Amino acid sequence: MTVKTMTAAINEAIDQEMGRDDRVFVAGEDVRVGGPFGTEAGLHAKYGDKRIVNTAISELALTGIGVGAAAVGLRPIIEIMIMDFVSVAMDQIVNQMAKMKYMLGGQARLPIVVTTHAGIDSSSAAQHSGSLEAWFCHVPGLKVVMPSNAYDAKGLLTAAIQDDNPVIYISNKRCMQTSSEVPDESYALPLGVADVKRVGSDVTVVAIGRLVLDALTAAEELAKEGINLEVIDPRTLSPMDTTTIVKSVQKTNRAVVAHEAVRNCGIGAEIAATIADEAFDFLDAPVKRVGAPFTPVPFAPLLEKQYLPGAQDIVAAVRSLYH
Amino acid sequence: MDLTNATMLRMFEQMTRIREFDERAALLMEQARVHGSVHLYCGEEAIAVGVCEALNQDDYITSTHRGHGHLIAKGGDVERMYAELFAKATGYNGGKGGSMHMAALDLGIIGANGIVAAGLPIGLGVAFASQYQENDRVTVCFFGDGATNEGAFHEAMNMASILKAPMVFVCENNGYGEWSKTESQTSVTDIADRAASYSMPGTIVDGMDIAAVHEAAIEAIARARSGGGPSLLECKTYRFYDHVGRDFGVLQRDPQEIARWRARDPIKLWREELIAQGVFDGKTADEITAAIAASMESAIARAEQAPDPTPEALYTDVYSETQV
Repeated sequence: MTVKTMTAAINEAIDQEMGRDDRVFVAGEDVRVGGPFGTEAGLHAKYGDKRIVNTAISELALTGIGVGAAAVGLRPIIEIMIMDFVSVAMDQIVNQMAKMKYMLGGQARLPIVVTTHAGIDSSSAAQHSGSLEAWFCHVPGLKVVMPSNAYDAKGLLTAAIQDDNPVIYISNKRCMQTSSEVPDESYALPLGVADVKRVGSDVTVVAIGRLVLDALTAAEELAKEGINLEVIDPRTLSPMDTTTIVKSVQKTNRAVVAHEAVRNCGIGAEIAATIADEAFDFLDAPVKRVGAPFTPVPFAPLLEKQYLPGAQDIVAAVRSLYH
Repeated sequence: MDLTNATMLRMFEQMTRIREFDERAALLMEQARVHGSVHLYCGEEAIAVGVCEALNQDDYITSTHRGHGHLIAKGGDVERMYAELFAKATGYNGGKGGSMHMAALDLGIIGANGIVAAGLPIGLGVAFASQYQENDRVTVCFFGDGATNEGAFHEAMNMASILKAPMVFVCENNGYGEWSKTESQTSVTDIADRAASYSMPGTIVDGMDIAAVHEAAIEAIARARSGGGPSLLECKTYRFYDHVGRDFGVLQRDPQEIARWRARDPIKLWREELIAQGVFDGKTADEITAAIAASMESAIARAEQAPDPTPEALYTDVYSETQV
């Protein structure tokens, strides 16, 4: 166990899987210099040009490299530098890699991980700050993973690389700067299993990515008022471990869902609907959603701060359940 | 170029097989016996066959929505293809893909594609894998003139050039993108000119002359296989029928234009050539064609009687079971 940043944990997962399986390679923009976030730092020196493949700023071709290479037996990691850039690659992600196995009657096996970096990070404005995870949760054939901390990040990425399906692996940029204890050896955390980050009795908070950390902060504050939050991190958004969420709500009878993405049609809406479907009789209050307002991400630091959902929004949402 | 009689004969048979397959696919669509849309390859047979005859069995192709010809030329089984059109469990895709998604990965056929130009980035990935696996295989991407106006074409050509990917881009310029003339939507007269932007050879070939297509393909494939990088072949051809089916009803084409191209029917030209070279006489050619036509009829009869997909098939093949 060593304290590592989430960035270092991601780097370690890629390194260890590349060491274990020579079918694994990384392709992306600027990956040979380690990528702008450092997730591939040192890998080019270790694995060379063949396995750390710099591509043009060409997200559609880059993603196509992943689809084609996976169809004939390789295990690509395709890095889309900033999540907003996925829009350029959407045909290859949504029409090709997600549907190929089904359309071909099961002929294809597509072990691809698309790694990308999402969310707000110091005035990057509307085209470099998006949290677009819900787009991919709507597409059958894809798995979607979004860790909140270094330990989960390493174990989930290891599992994603070993998985035989396309996985969209989303790192929240502000989570990447946080650190926690991470084993040095390789380990996989199963996809589709949620983690209870804090056991509580009064309100279930299902939080995604950075909002998991904010939910834990909110829990400390609300504990002083005698409200005891249970914080659940789904970690995998598709397929989602709804069993853990529903069980928790059956115990607490109240729920808040929270993410950095725009609230409208966010993954929180799906979680809220699932709770309504499967735990309606247990609810003492409506399910509240915390998310960003229905605007593009603003540039001005003041507006960005106003836009960004955080611990105080979760505190307010929880308090509203008691009025 | 010296071709053996056996090769020349096989080319004739393969082109005829494609023609007879698609003429019947058109009728089946008009009779509503098969489902969905059928995009006919009639008129373009010399390209698929001329190119695929130059490939090894373990080489790869990507195809298009107008893909039946590519599948047959790369060794696809016509009964399984008809079964797929009939949406049967025995079809190549188990009845879950249809005409626009037919694929046979074990034959190196990565698949037809319903999205114009989408096969090019995928083909790039397949060719990249051949470099990675050092397996000496070549990937051919077939696509139409319309695809060359998609970003995917330009992104794939650029990256293929940079990676020196072992692949050949084969453009079937049939004069129309869907229901509009190529010149109304394309900034160049010759698609081959676009190769210069990506530092690769761009060659114009008479797409109705199978010997010319074959010769150009041999050269481009050899270049790709020997590490010389990708090339673009533009095959000038003509779609005998409409974008969808034989006559969808929205496009009126000049009958003289159709007649001009029909006079250069690639199968007719090749038949005349083989008779001139003494490979066969007209009577033998007719017998070959009749035998292929009969084999199509029996393939259709068997495919139509094949079992439908089970209701459970709706939910299978969405995800793979991971095998660590």
